[in-house]
Amino acid sequence: MALDPRKAALALHRFGFGPKLGSTSGSIAAIASDPQGAVLAELEAPKAGQIVNPNLPTSAAEARTVFDFFYARQAQMALERRRREAAQAAAAENPGATNAMAMEDKPAEAAQPAQPNQVLPPRKIFLDEAGARIRAAANADIGFVERLVWFWSNHFCVSADDTAMAGAYEREAIRPHVLGRFADMLQAAEGHPAMLEYLDNAQSIGPSSDEGIVRNRGLNENLAREILELHTVGVRTVYTQADVTNFAKVITGWTVLPARDNPEHGGEFVFNSRMHEPGDQTLIGKTYPGDGVQQGRSVLADLARHPATARHIATKLARHFIADEPPSALIDRLTFRFFESEGDLKEVAKALVTAPEAWAAERAKIKRPGEWLVATRRAIGRLGNIPAMANQQAQLGEPLWRPAAPKGFSDDNAAWLGGLKLRLQAANAFAQAVAGDFEPRELVDVTLGPLATEETRLAVARAESKVQALTLMLVAPEFQRR
Amino acid sequence: MRSPLQAARFHAATRREVLLGSGVLFAWAFVPRLARAEGRDPRFLTIVLRGGLDGLAAVAPVGDPDWVKLRDNNALTLEGPKPGLPLDGFFALNPAMPNVHRLYQQGHATIVHAVATPYRERSHFDGQDMLENGLPKPGAIDSGWLNRALTGLEPSRDAIARGRKAFAVGPITPLVVRGPAPVLLWTPPRLPPVSDETTLRVLDLYRHTDPTFAQGLEEGLGAASIGKAGGVDENKPGIQQGGGIEQVRAYFAEVAGAAAKFLAAPEGPRIGALAFDGWDTHVQEGAVNGRLADLLGALDGALGAIRTNMGEAWKETVVTLVTEFGRTARVNGNAGTDHGTATVALLLGGALKGGRVVADWPGVKEADLYEKRDLKATADLRAVLKGLLRDHLRVDERALTADIFPGSDAVAPMSGLLA
Repeated sequence: MALDPRKAALALHRFGFGPKLGSTSGSIAAIASDPQGAVLAELEAPKAGQIVNPNLPTSAAEARTVFDFFYARQAQMALERRRREAAQAAAAENPGATNAMAMEDKPAEAAQPAQPNQVLPPRKIFLDEAGARIRAAANADIGFVERLVWFWSNHFCVSADDTAMAGAYEREAIRPHVLGRFADMLQAAEGHPAMLEYLDNAQSIGPSSDEGIVRNRGLNENLAREILELHTVGVRTVYTQADVTNFAKVITGWTVLPARDNPEHGGEFVFNSRMHEPGDQTLIGKTYPGDGVQQGRSVLADLARHPATARHIATKLARHFIADEPPSALIDRLTFRFFESEGDLKEVAKALVTAPEAWAAERAKIKRPGEWLVATRRAIGRLGNIPAMANQQAQLGEPLWRPAAPKGFSDDNAAWLGGLKLRLQAANAFAQAVAGDFEPRELVDVTLGPLATEETRLAVARAESKVQALTLMLVAPEFQRR
Repeated sequence: MRSPLQAARFHAATRREVLLGSGVLFAWAFVPRLARAEGRDPRFLTIVLRGGLDGLAAVAPVGDPDWVKLRDNNALTLEGPKPGLPLDGFFALNPAMPNVHRLYQQGHATIVHAVATPYRERSHFDGQDMLENGLPKPGAIDSGWLNRALTGLEPSRDAIARGRKAFAVGPITPLVVRGPAPVLLWTPPRLPPVSDETTLRVLDLYRHTDPTFAQGLEEGLGAASIGKAGGVDENKPGIQQGGGIEQVRAYFAEVAGAAAKFLAAPEGPRIGALAFDGWDTHVQEGAVNGRLADLLGALDGALGAIRTNMGEAWKETVVTLVTEFGRTARVNGNAGTDHGTATVALLLGGALKGGRVVADWPGVKEADLYEKRDLKATADLRAVLKGLLRDHLRVDERALTADIFPGSDAVAPMSGLLA
């Protein structure tokens, strides 16, 4: 096959995380003989999409660790309070002896002395998980499967503001199915404790269930609505408000074992039949018998199969990789593939990569901050400080695992164009730290190659310092676009 | 790894912190032994100005009859709303630099004009390399003349006890102080802001290749007042509105102030370097009323901070400001200047025999310009540096030519710079 470095560069930026300096497999030169084949080959790698890291705990274990930490803090504060009250009471009785009382044994401080630079458990968990994710993206050859993981994780997003398990959730619910079946990913995501907590289903109680009657509590429709609106068939398609309510009833009882009373299994999924709304439910024209947890699983299975879901997912994929308004031929092709393969996500990914529209020369999409930051590190072949990267990602408007809403981070260009000034600052700061070790004009060849415009090459060559040269390269439109 | 020195930013480093920060207990100590034997404790700080400082805008030859014709409205003069600060009847200092002017009047500043390295191409990368590595022609080596000068000072027998090294302040170690002698790097917590220069160039790139990006960036910058390339208005303030130049001032002052604290500390390092970007003023230079004036003002503030923080040690101090080349004698079509040749070197410090401008003035008639475009160099910057190293730090004179500035046999060290 004739070498096609332009297509190779496009493959790396559009389907991966950008060329990696010093890489024999993640570079323009390495894949120029068959760029499309190289991308497709990543789908066949044995451990594609997995993070093999025995050091990362399960989501439930993480939840328990965080719970224990906050609970211990609560105990400490309670002790403090009692000590203060005791001291005040003693002072009221015997003013002269205040000092003596205050000097007594302080079990609270002794139990939890605060270290100045100690990383608290919730933050440590976050950084460990973030590190694993970022490393996977930075170390990948092209990174197509990692891009798919990020896509699906954003599609089925949860927020670390509401659950400590956001990172583990991605590993447990998304990664195993990224090249598997959509139906399986859907079941894993919606049944995962992180999702049940994030979208309040853990507290949703069927009004006619025993719990609902005794405690006079009721439904929370949040998860049911978002499954329909965001995760499967899509907004304003085939469902009504009544469907939302009935679906909410179907998934009552899908909850999480509280960490408090369950030191070994706290944080795990549990189906609590006492919270579950009894009886059959009708949803989008079909009646589902009241058979406990299977009722919800059946609904999800049908939603996964629904043609509207195929179209919804196909549109999102095309929007993410190709253009804000993708060509309808591409959407149609992906929809069809999704539907006839029964949601085989590897087949759909292949259909995307083999679609002629997917290789359009026009690079319409802008990289989101997280993927742009990874691309900058790959451009110089150095990952550097992970917490700093996570901070920068947050400053640029895409805090890792903290989307503002269940829709996830926007994939529209308009959402990110306003942040170009911040990216310039981030690139400048990064260049300040690393530019001295590189020859900017060589970097342009490795990182952009045929995609670099003459203007960018000239700007880099004429830069007043290496820092400025590297900054210019990293904020150049060719580097920031997919 | 977070160095304890980073925690030391608000107080001078103690000896222990300096030792710990190095991570090495056996530190070479480069104590200027001969100077010490004379009872002195000299300090030497090099500041690299990246981008090519316009020497004619920083220190204008107001006494040259061809000066005003050359630069017209952009010429700094002794008249007008922002007159230059008179130096010696022939030269005037940019009015943005009152601290430097005061030091000059006290005899603690010397300006060397029409000086350049031997580099005669006009590339920033190569020019800065030659400025910092001290070679006679372009070429890559991984050490700077200042680092090599350290080995020209005899290692002290008290190596472990003193633990002194060269040091650098900034996010990266400038080449001038890199090399075999170990260097301590102190990184300020505050990052350098994006310079106007960089912002302008990014905008320019976007405007030519990606209008959507141009719009996005302009909106982010609140850029109603950014003139499009080609618009001429010297009175426009710096691009980074409401805080941009303040950020630069704060950064310059913090970095320079910290450097001085380290040098002033009794057990601190004695030799160091730092770098400031942003001097490559191709468009709307604004020497009197714009970007360059703002930058010179920020630099002046930084130099004032150095003077203050050196305290008693100021009388033993020499600060040297150098840049890779100057700029074109004439202004270009964008009210800026392009890369040139000769420029100024600024020396400050209580150890100097200052209050003078050292210049063999070539004139600015067209016939006097280098290649009919640049101020001609009549002095070699290496002569200045060799003179300072020899007389202030007592670096061995043979080492100056053999190792520190190889190939500079024909360049005699400039004498009489020190008091």
